[in-house]
Formats: sequence, structure tokens, C-alpha cells
Amino acid sequence: MSRIKSCFAQLKENNKKALVPYVAAGDPNPEITLDLMHAMVKSGADIIELGVPFSDPMADGPVIQKASERALIYGTSLIDVLDIIKSFRETNNETPVVLMGYLNPIEVLGYENFAEAAHQAGVDGVLTVDIPPEEAQSYIPALRKFDLDPIFLLSPTTTKERMKLICQYASGFIYYVAVKGVTGTSALDTDEVAQRLEIIKEVTDLPVGVGFGIKNAETAAAIGRVAEAVVVGSALVSLVEHNAHAYSNAEGNEKIIKEISQVLLSMRSALDAYTHDT
Amino acid sequence: MTIDNQAGKKLSDMPDESGHFGQYGGIFVPETLMEPLNELKQAYIHYFQDAEFLAELDSDLANYVGRPSPLYFAERWSRELGGAKIYLKREDLNHTGAHKVNNTVGQMLLAKRMGKTRIIAETGAGQHGVATATVAARLGLECVVYMGAEDIQRQSLNVYRMKLLGARVVSVESGSRTLKDALNEAMRDWVTNIDNTFYIIGTAAGPHPYPAMVRDFQAVIGREAKQQIMAHEGRLPDALVACIGGGSNAIGLFYPFVDDMDVSMYGVEAAGHGLETGEHAAPLCAGKPGVLHGNRTYLMEDRHGQIIPTHSVSAGLDYPGVGPEHSWLKDIGRANYVSVTDDEALKGFHDLTLTEGIMPALESSHAIAYVTKLAPTMDKEQIIIMNLSGRGDKDIHTVATIDGIEF
Repeated sequence: MSRIKSCFAQLKENNKKALVPYVAAGDPNPEITLDLMHAMVKSGADIIELGVPFSDPMADGPVIQKASERALIYGTSLIDVLDIIKSFRETNNETPVVLMGYLNPIEVLGYENFAEAAHQAGVDGVLTVDIPPEEAQSYIPALRKFDLDPIFLLSPTTTKERMKLICQYASGFIYYVAVKGVTGTSALDTDEVAQRLEIIKEVTDLPVGVGFGIKNAETAAAIGRVAEAVVVGSALVSLVEHNAHAYSNAEGNEKIIKEISQVLLSMRSALDAYTHDT
Repeated sequence: MTIDNQAGKKLSDMPDESGHFGQYGGIFVPETLMEPLNELKQAYIHYFQDAEFLAELDSDLANYVGRPSPLYFAERWSRELGGAKIYLKREDLNHTGAHKVNNTVGQMLLAKRMGKTRIIAETGAGQHGVATATVAARLGLECVVYMGAEDIQRQSLNVYRMKLLGARVVSVESGSRTLKDALNEAMRDWVTNIDNTFYIIGTAAGPHPYPAMVRDFQAVIGREAKQQIMAHEGRLPDALVACIGGGSNAIGLFYPFVDDMDVSMYGVEAAGHGLETGEHAAPLCAGKPGVLHGNRTYLMEDRHGQIIPTHSVSAGLDYPGVGPEHSWLKDIGRANYVSVTDDEALKGFHDLTLTEGIMPALESSHAIAYVTKLAPTMDKEQIIIMNLSGRGDKDIHTVATIDGIEF
């Protein structure tokens, strides 16, 4: 069984919801990422979503755009990201890792070369923001060949027909984008999300993660009541932004890890309290 | 010439139903944009067969834009170069001074029919921004134009023109702070405001249906040129020449001739400081295929797939990608893609101004510079049509600064 599948199976057994933090690899410097990944697991992360920096992140709001820019100062490439994951796997063989990024860095490597390298590094799923299933005729088989889950987005504008099409090709989990907009938007409406999830549940048995617009423990808990996974990105990355400029790398990294861990711990306990109540 | 296309299909039948020109084009966007793009595609297909829509478009092109634009025989310039007869398609004489308005008039009519109340656009040199703000003013629609902070400094005159026209110009501070970043920002706006917003892309790039739709709105250039050259000369030209940034003026001229295999086509990219320096904006001449801004096409990228900064003296050509149809026409060998440097383009600017009394945009000056190389290699009976895509008033400051003149 894939790491993602067994992760969700185990959570279900324990009546728990997945907490999925997103950070951009190499942000604000390449040294932090490995330590940060381990710290996030310790603070209650079930799956780690690692952003691959790209020069033109058109689906991202200002917070994650700047994260990409900071990571690119050090030239953090897709290959570098895979190296980090390889190191992570030396001591952690359970926590699923999902890459989130844009297509062009993968195109440059070639789909099969990329998939093989990602599999060897210990990647479990790949979410490429700008490739819909319609364009993925050779991308999906390449991922599958190397046991990688192709993870796709559904959005508030996705028709039920398209949901069916997308879910046919997806595995691991479905990522529901909770708002029309870019990452880091603030206007998430939990009732509306709940309604949309009901429709998604008619279409697929895959676990559903919800992201875009989850800012704090309270929203995380509310979303955890209706979805299997809660994805938190910009709220964590803004803590990186806060500390990246004010301190030296070593000092900053320590503060960033501490602050992100605190937020995750609070989300973890809110999620667990909420789901145990229901 | 060998043309690799499906049997029984003409080159002008492209793109296919899913928006591909061979391996290029397509729809590479975040999920939220898939349905809005589908709606746009349906509207585009529907209204391009709708007699009333087409009549309104023709009327606007005639009475608001001032079409048809003349096809002018540049007699003195032709004589001086000593080769082919050179005709200039005078898109510089359009309302707002460039070919851009052909497309904005068309997309605005679509926006109106789709019930959208808010218009957004990206702009590099500011020509497309001005052309968008112009048609938005005419319909009284809210208009937001995204422009790289770098370009805002280079093109302050056009920024002011847009503001006079009632548009809000948003300075884009992310990435390289140029056209590509303005496009990213416009996409982000669109994703956030899709319910009431129509995104008018200015060039024949982006996700399907934009490359085909922008081409179809710009193809009026080539259709007119074809009729006009038949009237002047009684035959088709031997060569077409146009500058290429995203490539909308070039595809507009080329497309109606694409099945006329005896007509050669030359797209002229910006070689900036020279292709060998890496400081240029010539993805077709020196780039590789990749995926950016919703389509697969030739790009300027590093070995990790990051998009790299471009350089051209002309802000309108300063873009790391190119319309996907050009990528396809290059690969099948139907069109030739060449480049000229900043210096050559500047010389072209002065040449045409002095010999014909026509001051071209720096973008169009790239086409001029290539014509000065091509025409002398051709016979006196042969014919070149060059697209004079825009006028040079907006560039006078840039040219003066380079020539060391202060006002």
C-alpha cells in the first residue's frame, strides 16, 4: 500500500483528520528544509507538501510568490528538492511527501526521468498546478509507472462532469481549492465548502483535502469536520517571511521552525478536539 | 518545402479541437480557470459564426479603428535598398497607433455579449494596455491594467494615457517586474474575479482559445493585405516580414497566407545585445519548448526550467515566450524565424523615418532592419509586404536617450 493510502487508512481508523502543512523547499535558505520537515512531523503533520520553487507561480498569492523568490536566490532546483527528500527518508519512512509545483521544471527533466528520480528520492504524490488531466496523457502514466500518486485540484468552478473526469485520473487524495483565487486568500466560507464536498463525495471515494484560505486553528478545525485533510500553506509561509529578513540564517531558521511548530501544534489539537467531539 | 500535417487538412485548419498546434498550445492552467476558459471557447466559436456579431465587428473596425489600413508602396526605400518592392501594411495608422486595437475591439465585443462588467489586461510597452483602456472607456467598463514596475518606468507616457482613459494601472513588483510578471498577475486577478471579469490577453499566446482567438481578430491585417496587393500588383507577394514578441501582429499578417506555399514568411525576434550574449528576447531562435502562461511553446529558460530574464530595447518584444502557432510554423518549416539586434533595430528606426517620413515603433523597427537585409537579396520584380505594426511616438524618449539627447 502506498504511504498516502496507508496514512489515510490509519487516520480513519483512529477517527482523525490529516494535517497537511505546505512549505516551499529552500525557503528562506536550503539549510532549513530538512530540519523543518522533521519538526513539522513532530508537531502533528501527517503529510508534508513541499513546494518546488518556480519563477512564474501564477496560481500563488504574494506570500508564496515571495517564498519562491527567496528559494530561487539560492537556486533551489527540482533536483535539489529531491535531494532534500532523500535525506528526509534516511530517518523517516512513514510520512508521505507530496511535491507541489508547476509543470515547466518537470518538462525540462522529462516526465519519466522526473518520475523515476522522485520515486527513488521517496516522493509519494505529485501535484502540478498547471496541468489539467486533459493535457496529462503522458504525464499520468509516467507517474503511475513509478508508483507516484497524481494529485489533482478541484475548484469552486469545477462542474460535476469535470469532477468525474478528474477523479478518474487522480489517486492518493483529491485537493479541493476552497476559494476562487490564489493561495493565501482570506475569504473561505466553511458552509459553502461543506456543500461542495458533499457533491465531491458523490463522485469519488478518495479522501479529500481542502486548502487555500485556511489561516488558523479555528478554520482548520471547521474544515476538519467535513474533509479528510486540511492543507495549510500561506499561514505558515508568512511566518518564514516574518523572520527571513530580521535575523541571520541560523537564528532565523531556529525561530521559523519554532513558530511553525507552534501553529501546527495548535491546529493539531484543535483538529483532534473537534473531530473527537463529533 | 516539406509540410508535415495530417492528410487532407490545411495549415489554416489549426489548432485542433483541444487547442493544439502540433505539440504546442493547449491549456495549461490551474483548475479554477478551466471552466471559464471553456465558456470563453464556446462564446468565441459561437460568435465567430454569428452574422450580427461579425457585422458589428466590421463596423467598429471601419468606423472606430479606421480600417482598412493602407498598404503603402515604400518606393524610395525600395529603390535605396536596390532589391524587392517593399509594401508597408500601415497598422501604425490605426486608432491608438498600433495593431493591438484590432484585438481589443473584438474581445471587448465578446466581453459585452458574455455579460462581463470588468476588464483586465496585461501590458508590456503599454500599447495593449492603451488599446484595452480605450475600448473599455468607450463602453464605460471598469478597466484594470497590470504592468511590470520596470516597464512603468520605461513607458511613462503610455501609463499616463491609460490613466487619462480611466483605467487603473497596477504596478507589478514580483519576479522580473516586466511583461511576463504582469501576465502572471493578470491571471491571478482573473482566477479571483472570474464571475464578472473578462481578461483581454494582448498577444496570440496563453491558454486555448486565446492564441486562436487573438489570431482570428488580427487576421484582418493579412486579409486586407491580400486584397490590396492583388489590387496593386495583381499577384501575391513573395515574402512577408513582421516582428515577433508574443507574435500577434505577425500571425495576423501570416495567417491568411499560410496555405499559399509560394509566399515566404519571416518572423523577426529581438536579438537584444546579440544572441551570443544571452541578453535577448528570441525564444524561437535560441530557446527551447516548455510550458508557461497556459501553453506549450518555445521559451527562454535555464537548465532547471526557470524562466530567465529577457532583454530588448523594445518593451513590446521583451517577453520570454511566443505564441504557440509560431512554434509550430517553425517546426514544420512553414515560416522562418530570424533575429536582429537592438543596434540594427535602431538603425531601422532612423532609416525609415528619413527615407519615407514614417516614424516606426521600435518593435516594428526590428522588421525594418530585417527587410534591409532581405530586400537586396531579391529581384526588383519581387514583392515584400512588411507589417508596420505601430508608430514610434511612444519611443522617442528611448531613442533620444540612446542618441545622447536630453530634452
